Parts: sequence; structure tokens; C-alpha cells
Amino acid sequence: MVAPQPLRVVRCGGSKLSGARAAFSADAKYLLCASGDYVKVYSTATEKCVHILQGHTNLVTGIQLNPQNHMQLYSCSLDGTIKLWDFTDGILIKVCKYFVLSQLFMDSRVVHYWFQLVSVKLPKTPDQEVEAKELSLILDDIGQWPKCTAFGREGEYVASVRGLHLLVYFFKKKKINRFSLSATSKKGANNYFTCVACHPKEDCIASGHKDGKIRLWRNFNHKREYTFSTLHWHHDVVMDLAFSVEGTSLLSGGVESVLVQWRDGSDYKKEFLPRLGSTIEHISASPDGTFYCTSHTENKIIIIHSSLSVSAVIQGLVKGSDVKTGLVVDPRTKALVLNGKPGHLQFYCLQTDKQLYNLDIVQQEYIHQIGLNQVDLVKAAFSAQGNWLATVEQREEKEVELELQMKLWNYDEQTQSFTLNTRINMPHEDHVTALCFRDTDELEDGTPTLVTAGNDGRFKVWVLVNDSDSEKPSMGWSCDFVGSYHNYPATNCCFSEDGSLLAVSFEETVTVWNSDTWDLICTFCHPPGRIQNLCFGRLSCSKYLLGTTDCGFLCCWNLLSCALEWSAQLNVMVLQPDPLSENIAAVSRLLEGSDLFVFKPNEPRPFCIQRNVCRERVQCAVFIPRDVPDSIGSEKHQWLSRSQLYFLTETQDLLTFSTKSAEERLTPSSRQLAVEESLPMTPFSLLLGKHRHQQQSKENADLDTAVVQSHLAQGSPAVKELLHTPAHVLPSASFLCSIFINSVLISKENKSAGEVVDVVEMDSEKAEDESDEDLELTEMEQDINPTEFLGEITEIKLSKSQEKQLRKIRRMDYSWVAAL
Amino acid sequence: MANYKPVVVQSFPKLGEKITQDTLYWKSYKTPVQIKEFGAVNKIDFSPIPPHNYAVTASSRIHIYGRYSLEPIKTFSRFKDAAYCATYRDDGKLLVAGSEEGVIRLFDIHGRAALRQYDAVHVVDFLTDKYRIVSGADDYTSKLWDIPSATEIVSYSEHMDYVRCGCTSKLNTDLFVTGSYDHTVKIFDVRTEKSVMTVEHGQPVESVLLFPSGGLLVSAGGRYVKVWDILKGGQLLVSLKNHHKTVTCLCLSSSGQRLLSGSLDRHVKVYSTASYKVVHSFDYAASILSLALAPEDETIVVGMTNGVLNVKNRKREESKERFPKKKRPGYRTFVKGRNYMPKQEDFFVSKPVRSHLRKYDRLLKSFQVTKALDVVLEARNRTPEITVAVMQELNRRGTLQNALAGRDETQLSVLLAFLIRYVVEPRFAPMLIKVAEMIIDIYLPVVGQSAVIDKQFLRLQEIIEKEIDYQAELLEVLGMMDTLFATMAKKKATSLEENKTNGILRILEKATSN
Repeated sequence: MVAPQPLRVVRCGGSKLSGARAAFSADAKYLLCASGDYVKVYSTATEKCVHILQGHTNLVTGIQLNPQNHMQLYSCSLDGTIKLWDFTDGILIKVCKYFVLSQLFMDSRVVHYWFQLVSVKLPKTPDQEVEAKELSLILDDIGQWPKCTAFGREGEYVASVRGLHLLVYFFKKKKINRFSLSATSKKGANNYFTCVACHPKEDCIASGHKDGKIRLWRNFNHKREYTFSTLHWHHDVVMDLAFSVEGTSLLSGGVESVLVQWRDGSDYKKEFLPRLGSTIEHISASPDGTFYCTSHTENKIIIIHSSLSVSAVIQGLVKGSDVKTGLVVDPRTKALVLNGKPGHLQFYCLQTDKQLYNLDIVQQEYIHQIGLNQVDLVKAAFSAQGNWLATVEQREEKEVELELQMKLWNYDEQTQSFTLNTRINMPHEDHVTALCFRDTDELEDGTPTLVTAGNDGRFKVWVLVNDSDSEKPSMGWSCDFVGSYHNYPATNCCFSEDGSLLAVSFEETVTVWNSDTWDLICTFCHPPGRIQNLCFGRLSCSKYLLGTTDCGFLCCWNLLSCALEWSAQLNVMVLQPDPLSENIAAVSRLLEGSDLFVFKPNEPRPFCIQRNVCRERVQCAVFIPRDVPDSIGSEKHQWLSRSQLYFLTETQDLLTFSTKSAEERLTPSSRQLAVEESLPMTPFSLLLGKHRHQQQSKENADLDTAVVQSHLAQGSPAVKELLHTPAHVLPSASFLCSIFINSVLISKENKSAGEVVDVVEMDSEKAEDESDEDLELTEMEQDINPTEFLGEITEIKLSKSQEKQLRKIRRMDYSWVAAL
Repeated sequence: MANYKPVVVQSFPKLGEKITQDTLYWKSYKTPVQIKEFGAVNKIDFSPIPPHNYAVTASSRIHIYGRYSLEPIKTFSRFKDAAYCATYRDDGKLLVAGSEEGVIRLFDIHGRAALRQYDAVHVVDFLTDKYRIVSGADDYTSKLWDIPSATEIVSYSEHMDYVRCGCTSKLNTDLFVTGSYDHTVKIFDVRTEKSVMTVEHGQPVESVLLFPSGGLLVSAGGRYVKVWDILKGGQLLVSLKNHHKTVTCLCLSSSGQRLLSGSLDRHVKVYSTASYKVVHSFDYAASILSLALAPEDETIVVGMTNGVLNVKNRKREESKERFPKKKRPGYRTFVKGRNYMPKQEDFFVSKPVRSHLRKYDRLLKSFQVTKALDVVLEARNRTPEITVAVMQELNRRGTLQNALAGRDETQLSVLLAFLIRYVVEPRFAPMLIKVAEMIIDIYLPVVGQSAVIDKQFLRLQEIIEKEIDYQAELLEVLGMMDTLFATMAKKKATSLEENKTNGILRILEKATSN
């Protein structure tokens, strides 16, 4: 018997992609970005995630390519480490332990909100884990964000901004120049610095300001005679600045979500790329100058071609500040549907963790301006088969004026998307609190029916009517019935499973209505609590109606006897029935931490209790049916087999339950595959290809050589390894050349090559112990193979004895071959 | 990235009747011509042969009118008492009429004096064989007369009350139908001694009509129009109750697709003979007694109790051709290659359609808010929806105040004129009241500097005050209605009423807050 595994809470939906500036690889084939605890490697061509670099235990706050080696990446994290990665293979090379690190080359003491810029000397030791002790303070009291600090031309100086001050530190002279601006001018400018960037070729610093101005500072090595010019287009905060590689153009972005390209630092030569979706947080340019990328607040990275055309979009799960629609399941795609971009619904596929598409609900031009009253999408509901979607949007101004609109969307089979069918202005006089469809799609005669409940004390029934005349058929929704109960605000509504009963809660009372005649059948209440959640039981428990009150009771009423069946004292936040079984999940909250209870309505005892699933309040939850029922061994977690429970906390974390252990969940990365694919087409490999081709043609002609040839092809792992090893770990070509030629030379003595390799291997092991090379070369500890060590050894001056030995062997080898 | 999204112009549902193909067809008549007759017009009959003159029976005269003549072409006035039911024969050469004095007179169209005279009748018609006449009279009888010999062939006295209507079958020379005040409609075959079929209408029958196919019979009496299936042995097919007073006359359109009924409630209703639903309705000034349609529905003539004959002629089609469409020079280039049918092996390269933005959208796209507002105000107020939609958009963008401010006298006067015109319209009121408040706030310091603007402000105030009074009255009425409804049994409140009251309430709140 296998012991039942504990139920684990697992985070899903990905993390924020726009937390730090993204970085391009040297050839602009990959885009690297920090995402939560991981660094993700995306292909710029296909928008696919190639690798996930896992290893940090806290938020990754910055990433930077190794300037000495373009295949390596430094990342720093709040866990106090700097890690060095080989991102093409997704291998961790080195860890540098350090106390609290918030930024690459930046130390943060978060408690005091006091940031210092320190330089960290990375010790050159072969160990994978090193501790950095050599710290030297450069600047004190600097801005918290990485974009407030920038390195100047060839690392000669570093510029940092905070508040109204620009600090420039010259490494050579060890001198700090401080430039200050006045807080406000006559014209009401807001001179606070927000970001800084340095020209890569000239002595020029660009700084962004809160009022949308960009200042270009020159001549700043003098304390007095410095100059600056101003560029002004942005009407709001400049969020980030970046120079192109050659420094000919400056890119800026802000709240307007327009990428502005300033040419030659001139106010007149500017180009725009408008409507990028949401606030631009970070801008970066690729080292080869072909791409730019912008990170946006809505968890999106846009890769932009240098001609200012969008080339690719990497989109994660959009997490707004508030998910007003709650979690909804699209019955057609089984996708999770929730608020996305402002005024959009996003359809998010949980299996692939990918956004499927965005549906524009509001269909209005979005004006990017802080403090504007925008139209919010507040409610969404699908009909049982997914043919109809109802959405409610509202715009509230000054508490009094409320603009409400309800839209009904029909699924169009041909275009495979939803098309607007009916728009209803002001469906209710006040906020719409709930809406639900009647699940009558199985019945042939059932017309689609929608019920909305509003704070104005009414619930309205909307039906699809055929208002077509003889020429053009058209269908539209219209109000069929308006119900109220003593003018109490209606708070919830739901239909029973067969659609014959409608339950609407009005403050403290639950009313049950006949959905054919719209007559009030009976009422339930459990004073003094107001009803917060309401749902009917399903399948065999369809005679029960469940409700929760805000004074902490969960009640179950029997609809046949019209009496309270049982009640439990439980402060339920979320009540969610599973559509495929009788199970109902309730998430309750005590003083701290939320608990999950799963029960069947016919018995008051829950069959699964999960304590403390998360610390925050759970905002909403949803059961998503699985495509294939999961086989779950333990009896206790059987309720998860057919559908999975997802829930969203106050902090906008999407969580779910998993019975698998952490190791099982980790997907085997396609590491090896990626290497094969990413083999560069070098002149070297071309040469080899040509060589092989010639050999093959020879093969046909000469049988004798063919035998040798085939043997050579098998017996030269050295050559294979040589070609498959990334170029940056290979030793110098001058040395390789001789080995290579040796290996391809036709030798009749089979043993000779093998012997050489063996000897070399032995030597290299010895060498490993003694070597203390640069950190670039310590990386291969994990996957040892002979040729790589060959390379390592040979390059190093320190292992002279070995080298000599080797040379001796080589000479000997060569002489053998020559002799033969 | 995403394109500019144009301003959403809200479309409001059109209240009142919907425009269908039928309403267009039945509305395409010219303004009616009114002709005063001497008495109530009890029968109008069109000549079956061109030029389709029509005979109008009113009082003791029969007038023959040409299609466009306002004066009678010919008059038969040899009646001592009221004449009834002047009817043309199929060939349009003979005319027969009954009379209160109890004789049927047969006229030659071109003659003046009666050719034949028979006894006593209220309703007369020719049988299809052209040589016999059917008559019905107030003595409960219906009779068949021979024209050449001027003698009675057969007489039926099965009805128990006045026989006031009748018609003959167009297919069978021996079949005719009579309707009587004894609530029955009887079908007679002249070859038999008795009626062959009797249907019970339920009310005194005022008019009967046989469909051209002869399979369906329509009877009108009381408030009902009933359609009977003769071939099924007189089964009731449908009963129509669309009038609220007695239906007096029936008529079929020339295509046979539409049935018209005229009633004392001053309406003519047009029914579709497929669905038997009312597709159109005409209003008249007085109770309608008689109704006729010219072939091809060219003319619709209605006779009323006050002796007025109402003639409507169809609009000429060529009126459109009088102003031929201006041929665009570039038309050919537009359609070039449009009708090319792609072959199977062809690659289909679709060109992205360039969206065309309206002028205000182009200005809004470049954030020129004042200009955008000017553009929509200039549009001669023909599309207030667009103007209000742009105002709403500006409000959403938070720049409405900027767009309204800084106007000179003429610009402000255009804006105020728009407000004065539309501020009380319920669909625009919420937005326009807001605009009005803003304008008052902005231009308060400059009031008194321009006579034009001051006048407009006063006018605006006057309109709003009037509207407030009006709304208060409406609320009172609503209160009264509520008490009435409360006393009644629980009834479904329709959504329409609901919305109306809500709209009124909201406007009132706004208005009072001003």
C-alpha cells in the first residue's frame, strides 16, 4: 500500500514577467526575463519558452548578460544570491552567496528603505558556491529601482538618480558629481527623477522625470559647466529609458503605453509606436540592434523590431488589481475566464499555462491616463453549452452617476469567437450583484434564459426572443419578468440543476421561484445573517439548497420539506459546487488562514478538510472539469479526480491543489533537444560537412579506405564532442587544430587513438584537482566529458607539467601516425 | 498593435411600429384626395377593364369617377330613394344597382336610363356567366334574375333576417354566397332548391368575400372577421378580432396576398393571408362603410359615413428616375476585378481592409477634443446621437470641460442651440444635463456680455422649468396608476412600462437637482 500523499497547494498561472528589465542574448535569438523565482528563456522568433532557469528561492530582481561571455547570464534575487547561468543549456554554473541583494550590484536594506550601491568583487574560486566578502561602497542613498542606476560608456562611470538628484561616480578618479534640480518651477513642472540611461558611446546621460520630460546631460564631469537639453512629449511619468546599441536613438515609454523613439537626441525627429496595451515598465534593446522589447504592467513583453513594428508578444496571465468577474469557466474550451486587460476578458488555458485569447468587451478606445474613471468589466457568465456569454460593465462617477451596460454575446461557429448580439443600457438602477443562465440547453423547447439580480431590489429575467420580420431573421434578448421581494436588494441568484427553480436571495431571505410561471414558491431565512452565497445541490442532492450567511453559518435547506436540514457554524467566504459531482467546496476564514471543506449536501460532515490552504483571504474559487479523469490513489482526495479546484486569493495568486509530490510535477526539460536544435551553422561545421561528403564519394571509389572511414566515424567521439560543445567552453583553436587533424588522419592502427584518449582522461582528472581557473571554466563539473577537460587543461598556464606531458604524448602519437 | 477603436454611437430601439416591407408598400400612396358625396358612401366598385373607372354609390346617386378625376365622369340619378350596391359586370359594360325603393336597375355604362328593372333589393351581383343577376333584399329573400328576359329564375328565402351582403364565385357560374343579419352565411347553388352550405358567423354579417380560388370564404360582422374553409365543409380557419367596432367591408389586394377590412372604428387593417396577422393599418377621419382597391393596388378608395370619398393614388415609380444617380467617374475602377471568380488553384491573398474613420474619430485619435466637438455640432443636428456619443466619449476621457471651454459667441451659440433642442429628450437627457451644468459653470462670469447668448440661456431655463412641471405631472399620474394597479389582481408588469417609469424618474431627479 502506498501511503496517501498529502494534498499540496500549488501556485499556477505563472508569475509576473515584467518585474525586471528583460535581456536579449547576443544574437537576439533569445529573450531572458525574470519571472517570479525563475528566469525564463524565450525564443524571440517563436515566442515559446525554451528554458526555465530554476534555482533561486525568492523573487529574481535583476538579470544581466556576462559582458565577458555572451552565453552566460548573471541573475540576482531577494534570496541574497547572485547566480551565473549558461542559458542556452539551462545550467547553473555558479552561485555567489551574499546577504540581502535586491539588485545586481546593489544592496538593499529593505527595512530602512535605504539603498546603497556597492560593487561586489566576485571571487575567483572553482567552487560552485562562493561567498562574496569583498564589498566596496560606491554610492549611498540611491533609488530603489534598478532603472535608477546605469553604467556609462565602457563602465567608466555610474549614474544614479534619486529624488531631485543625479549622482555620477567616476571609477577612475573616484569622484562623485552631484547635480540637483529644483522641486517645482513656475510652470508647475515636477522634476523628480524616475529613471536614467547612459549613452553607450558618448558621455551623455538621459534622465526621465515625473512630469514626462527627458533631460540629456552632457559635460557632467565638470561640477559647474554641465549642460542639459530637454525633450518633452510624455504627459505623464517617464517609466523607462533605453539607448539603442550605437546610441543613435533613445527610446522612452510611460503610462501612455506609447514607445517613443528620439533620433539623435532631437525634439523634432521622433517616431511613435502607439497603443501597446498598458503602461510600459521597462525597455531594453538587443545587443545586435535588431530588436527592442518593452515590458508592460499587464504581464506582457512585446518584442519590437527596430523599424518600430511589433514582432512578437509574450503574454502571461494578466493579473489586474482586482478580479471583479471572479473565476469563470468557458464550457467550450475549459479555459479559465477572468478580467484581463482593461475592458477585456481573458481566456486562459490552465493545462498549457497560456493565454488563449482576449475578448474585447467594452470596445472603446482605452485612454492611458492615471486617475481616469474607466469602464470596468464586473460580471461575466456563460450558458451551459457556452453558446451565450453575458457581461456587465460599469463606470462609476462621483458615487451618484452609474453607467451600466449588459452585453450578450453569441458564439459564432464560423469565426470561432463571440459576437455581440444585444446591448442593454442600465439593466438595473443600481449595481448588478449576480447573473446566471438557466441550463436548459438539453431541453429542446427551452429558450435561453438569463437572470440578473441588482442592488435596486429587483431581479430581472431576460429571454431570447425572435424579433425577426420576414426578410432578415434576428434574435435579441428582452426583459421577460421583473421580480422583487419587499424591495430588499437582491444579492445572489442561482438556478437549480434542471432549471425548474430559481433561488434569489434578498438580504436575509432566500426566495425560491418557479421558473415557468415566475411565481414565488417559498422563502427561507436564517436570521440574523445576510445571505452571502447561494447554490443548489447537484445530481442526487438536487433537493438541497445551500446558503451561507455573513454571521458565520452554513445552512442546508431541504426543498421537499421546505425546512432546514442542517446548519453549521462556519465563516464561509466562498461556496462552489462541482458541476460533475455532488461535492461542494467551501472555503472558510478564521482569524488567520483559510480552510477548505469539501462535503456533500446530504450529510453535514465534510469528507475532506484542508487546514490553512493559504494565509490570505480567498476571493473566488472554481471547479474546472478535467479532460481525462485523474487517477488518484487515496480515497480522501477522490473528489479531485474529475475536476480540479482553482482559487484566487486577495493577493491575486492563482492556486490549486495537487496530490503529486514536487518532484513529479517538475516537467522534464527538453534540455538536450534544445542543444541539438540550437547548433550553430559555423564555417567549421560546414568544413566538416564538406569533408565528410568528400569522404563519402571516396568511399564509393575505394573499398579499402571505406573500412577505415567507417571505423573513424564511429571511433572519433573526440570530434563529435568537439562539435557539440559550445564554442565558449572550447580551448583555443590553435590547440584544437592539432587534435582535430590527428583524429581525422587515417590511421591503420586502431588502438592508437583510443590510447590517447585514455591517457588524456587520466591526466585531466589530476588536473581538475589542482586547477584554479576563471569561473567560466568551472561550469562543467556536472557533466564531465573528456574533451572538455582537454580544453580546460590546455588553456591554462598553471598546469604546465600536465601540458608538457600531453605534448609529449601528442608528439609521440603524431610520430606513430606519420610513421605508419 | 491594436487599431484605434472608433467612438461607439449608441443606437436606441425605435419605438412604435417596425418598418417592414408591408408598411413601405402601403405607405407609398400620395396624399389622399377627398371628394364630398351627398350621403354615406355604401359601395365602391372598380371597373374590371381599363381605364378602371369606379362606381360610387352614395345616397340616391351613382357617380362614375375616372382614376384621376375629381369630378364624376358620369352620374346615374334615376333613383327616387337611396341606391345600393352599384356593381360592374365582368366585361365592364353593364352596371347593376339596387335601391331602397325596391327595384334593381341595370344600366349600360354609356347610357343613362335603366335597361331593365326588377323588384326589391339591397344587394346585387352578376353571376359569372354574365346573363344572370343575384340579389338579396330586406324581405329575407335572395333571388336570381335573368338579364335578357328580365324575369326571376329562382328565389330562396332561407335567411331569417335582412340579407345585406353577397358575392358570386369567380370560378363557378352557378355558385353564390349571401350573408345576413341572422348571423349566417349561406352558399347557394342555383341548380338546387336549397342552400348547399351554411356557416354560423355569430354576428350580423356585414360583408362576405370569396377568395379567387373559391376555396376560402371571408365573412365580416360585428368586430370579427372570420375565414372559413369551404372545401372542408365550412370549417372555421381563423377568427380575427382586430377592430373595436363593427367591420363593414372587406377587400382583397390584387395579388391575393393581403386582405383588407374597413370598420366603423375608422381603421382599415391589412392582413397577410398567409399568417392572418395585421401587417399594416390605415387611419381615416370617419367611420368606414366601403372600401375598394384598383387592380394592381394602384388606387385605394374608401367611402365613409360622413359622405366623404377618400382616394389615394400610388406614387409613381418614375419619380425616382427623374433625378438619375450621378455617375461617379471612378466607378469602373472600383468594380474592376471585383466580380472575378477565383479558380481552384489560385492563391487567395487578402488585402487588409483599410478602415475609414469619421472626421470626429480622426480628431479624437489625435486628441483634438475641441475640434472634434465642433465637427459633430456642425453636422446640422441631423444626427444628435453622434453628437451625444462624442460628448460621452469626451466625458469618459475627462476632457469634456476643456472641449466646452474657450468658445466665442458663435461657437457657444451653436452649442446652446443644440442643448435647447435636445436637452429634454429622454435618451440624451443624462448627458446633456451634465453638459449644460458645465457650460453654466464655465460661462457664468461672462453672462450679460452678449444678447444672443443671454437669450439662449433664458430659453434653456424656460425649457427646463417646463420639463420639470411636466415630469411632476407625470409622476402624479404614475402614482394614480400605481394605486389602480395595486387594487387589481397581481399582473405582470411589462418591461416597457418599467423602463419608461425609470427613465422618467431619473430625468426628474436630474432636473430637480438643477
